[in-house]
Amino acid sequence: MQGAGASPVIELQDVRKRYGKGERAVEALRGLDLAVPPGSLYGLLGPNGAGKTTSLRILATLLAPCSGVVRVAGVDALADPRSVRERLGYVAQEVALDKILTGRELLALQGDLYHLPRPQRDGRIAELIALLGMEGWIDRRCGTYSGGMRRRLDLASGLLHRPQVLVLDEPTVGLDIESRAAIWQVLRQLRDQGTTVLLSSHYLEEVDALADHLAIIEDGRVIAAGRPQELKAALGGDRVTLRVREFSDEPEALRVQQLVQGCPGVRQVVVNRAQGFSLNLVVEHDGVVEQLRRQLSEASLPVFALAQSRPSLDDVYLQATGRTLMDAELAVAGSRDPKAERKQAMR
Amino acid sequence: MTSAAPTLLSPDASPLPARSAAADLAQETIALCRRLFLQLLRRPSTLVAGVLQPLIWLVLFGALFANAPTGLLPDGLSYGRFLGAGVIVFTAFSAALNAGLPVMFDREFGFLNRLLVAPLRSRSSIVLASVLYITALSLVQSLAIMATAAALGYGWPGGSGLLLVLVTLLLLVFAVTGLSLGLAFALPGHIELIAVIFVANLPLLFASTALAPLSFMPPWLGWLAAVNPLTFAIEPIRAAYAGQFSLSAVVLQAPYGDVTASGCLGVLALLAVGLFLLIRPLLDRKLS
Repeated sequence: MQGAGASPVIELQDVRKRYGKGERAVEALRGLDLAVPPGSLYGLLGPNGAGKTTSLRILATLLAPCSGVVRVAGVDALADPRSVRERLGYVAQEVALDKILTGRELLALQGDLYHLPRPQRDGRIAELIALLGMEGWIDRRCGTYSGGMRRRLDLASGLLHRPQVLVLDEPTVGLDIESRAAIWQVLRQLRDQGTTVLLSSHYLEEVDALADHLAIIEDGRVIAAGRPQELKAALGGDRVTLRVREFSDEPEALRVQQLVQGCPGVRQVVVNRAQGFSLNLVVEHDGVVEQLRRQLSEASLPVFALAQSRPSLDDVYLQATGRTLMDAELAVAGSRDPKAERKQAMR
Repeated sequence: MTSAAPTLLSPDASPLPARSAAADLAQETIALCRRLFLQLLRRPSTLVAGVLQPLIWLVLFGALFANAPTGLLPDGLSYGRFLGAGVIVFTAFSAALNAGLPVMFDREFGFLNRLLVAPLRSRSSIVLASVLYITALSLVQSLAIMATAAALGYGWPGGSGLLLVLVTLLLLVFAVTGLSLGLAFALPGHIELIAVIFVANLPLLFASTALAPLSFMPPWLGWLAAVNPLTFAIEPIRAAYAGQFSLSAVVLQAPYGDVTASGCLGVLALLAVGLFLLIRPLLDRKLS
């Protein structure tokens, strides 16, 4: 199933990275494994501080891991970083532009750094300007660009040399809906035409909408990986929300819980206090829901709402990490150190 | 958003036509240089300030000592003519000392990472582009000062004298650029770099023969000035302005002995080579 057995185009094996020394050392990656099949659109999902940016910077050869194997398009990135750079496009999270240059001049500079012959360089720039809808402002200075324009320009510069692998670090964070849709469309087209795309995100919806493969990364390790459908299917069962009344109370909810728990095919019945004492449960197949309805009416209990849904990526995340992505985000929000992060990024 | 042509987004795994390393190096270095010059053209304040500051030195300092008794300075020079060489060297020196600033800003804002992600043939091209840019900038500024000084009646070195002036400035600029680029990679941020530039600038000027001859100085300052690299650049240029441009002529009577023009150039060349050898491990580490 995984890319028809073809060997992965991006391969990280037991990659470890530590920042700093001694007691203040921060373990960013603790044995990260990742295998991205060729031609996939691969999402790296995890909260801030999980190690996503560090992994991508290692792939882009900006950072050397403390140990581990890094291969891109069959090339050992640690032994031959220059060949990796030729094959890989990297769109960083913090876009550093030269405010004084125009977008076109910046692209020309990049093209020269990739040693494109001049006619090819200029032709390629013109193509990308049209593709990303940059005609209106590409000859203005970068200092005047909005976040969406900067991100598009950066995407273009990552694509100048037609890389086999495109790596993007949080490509749509903070963008308006229109720019986000534009970038999504290009990423899908790229994948459809044979480029392997790896992007990091802490938006579940983004990974759900875009990725055909994903890995959940937490605390410097990959804790779940596969196709979204497979991961969801592996959870098994459907999610059901049951309310006997619009606003129930605890004793009633507990009574219903008791009743429902007895039904064959029902698992994990949880009273959700935050939602007016509704019940969240997992059912093994559709028939169980019909059985539930019958039992409830036999017990003369009303049914205000009975909603059934397939497992979502949220559920996958919850199952893998034991908490929701939003909780994980909140947990790390206070512990970040912008100064240390800037230092890590600086040469 | 136009729809994509079939090949627009497809990867190109075929290697680029094999080219010589020299062609690649030239392409990347020229591109990086071009960026620096575009910045200069669109934000010429550095260029203007770099000419204006020494010009003010020349006019104000020249006027300050305009009434100094004749015969006070060696060879009966007027103070203005004496000062000219010092100000020219100071111009080139200041410009070169600032060489590290653009590099530091690229480090801090992450633009350097953009360059490092690209498959540069050699990362020396980043350093080389800076050296070429600063050399051109400081030579233009120095020539502007020389032209102004000539217009003010402080003379002009003719023929081979001019050549000596340019070679001297070039060697000094290489050495100081090396120092500044080293600092740009060694120091943590632009605040620290600017502080070092600020602190180094004036003392090096005062502890040289730019403003006064060695014979005016107390012995300790004379010693300092006699080992100051600026002095080794000032004295050959002063000699060239005096119309005496024999390389074997003694241009500096230092406390430790006489130094010829070629001796001065040798010291500057050694300094430039030495500094680049010194910062090389640092650059290799930061750019690897």
